[in-house]
Amino acid sequence: MQALHQKVKELLESGKVQVVIGYGEGSGGKSRPVFIRSAADAAKLVWDDRCHQNLAVYINKPEIKKMGKAAIVAHPAAVRTIVQMIAEHQLSSGAIIVLAVENDTLEELTDNSSLEVYAQSHPVLFPPFVVKEIEDIAALSAAERFEFWQNELEKCFKCYACRAACPLCYCERCIVECNQPQWVSVPSHAQGNFEWHMNRAMHLAGRCVSCGSCTIACPAGIPIGLLTIEASRIARTEFGFEPGISCDASSAMSSFRNEDKETFIQ
Amino acid sequence: MENTFEPKIVAYVCNWCTYAGADLTGTSRIKYAANVRIVRFPCTGRIDYNLLLKALALGADGIIVSGCHPNDCHYTSGNFHARRRWIVFKQMMEYMGYDMRRVKFSWVSAAEGAKWADIVNTTVREIRELGPAQRIQNEEFRMMNSEG
Repeated sequence: MQALHQKVKELLESGKVQVVIGYGEGSGGKSRPVFIRSAADAAKLVWDDRCHQNLAVYINKPEIKKMGKAAIVAHPAAVRTIVQMIAEHQLSSGAIIVLAVENDTLEELTDNSSLEVYAQSHPVLFPPFVVKEIEDIAALSAAERFEFWQNELEKCFKCYACRAACPLCYCERCIVECNQPQWVSVPSHAQGNFEWHMNRAMHLAGRCVSCGSCTIACPAGIPIGLLTIEASRIARTEFGFEPGISCDASSAMSSFRNEDKETFIQ
Repeated sequence: MENTFEPKIVAYVCNWCTYAGADLTGTSRIKYAANVRIVRFPCTGRIDYNLLLKALALGADGIIVSGCHPNDCHYTSGNFHARRRWIVFKQMMEYMGYDMRRVKFSWVSAAEGAKWADIVNTTVREIRELGPAQRIQNEEFRMMNSEG
């Protein structure tokens, strides 16, 4: 953490960046995002095992962009997110300084190739309870899985915190705000929840880096991250897409190969 | 009760192959089950998975999605894109526990009138055995919504 404070101080003092997006001390013993704009505030940054949120979600917010060039404190999943954002042309090369942190290590990544190397050598590891959830669901029968997801999704009241927390859910106009056609029903009722979560999964297939920010954000406690993790797993096994490791990758769902395999089309 | 159940089936088909194929079924005077409601699209690439979800939410018991064979697409690659989407969609639906025996995907060319009749008949027979579809959301609200 000392090294992080030192690095942030240097960056802000030298004028290389005007703002540093990082984690700070929050209320109730939690961490929260902070935006450090002066070297004197560098000591407000924290980095420990409470820092799960994917801060990449703030990079393209107009309020942050107005502050000038930014540096960001990024865990391995956030580094992957940034690589994926570059691949999707949401971020230009060198537009941001990435302070990649993991345990006690700190690396400063500024160009595409160093980001790629870091992402490829730092896999996103699931915490044990997520691994258990994945295994538990895999062990269910189809009918039990249906029951499980119906019960879980019934709690959803369409606050779209999952969308807001996801750095890769960046469309300015989302299908849920569209009423011609109205694919997802508006009221905070169980109706439309299946559709919304299916859409989220479909849109993140081959793009979700499995950072888990959506699950943390969900106020109803639905393990929604499992859906996008599954969508990415499908894209990985079926089409060989690994999100967030290459700055010039194409998109899984807007490309195809003639030899794509399926066994269910009659 | 079980014996009188007639499934409602929605068929999303592409204009250039399957729709023409279904037309051929008719002009060839091949008889097939009347449970199917055919909806014509310019291309399978246009068939949004949301259309499938909408049909299931509004009471369809089964769905057929059909278009041109690979390499036969009128727009060169629409069906390749569609195939990729179906691969992910089908597995996602299965992950969420939906019984995907109710959703059939097929390639039917404009010359395959008999194949179309066969697909419709098999689907109707299978879904009649499966019974009415499980709803993907609250029943009471669905009734309210489909009233108008």
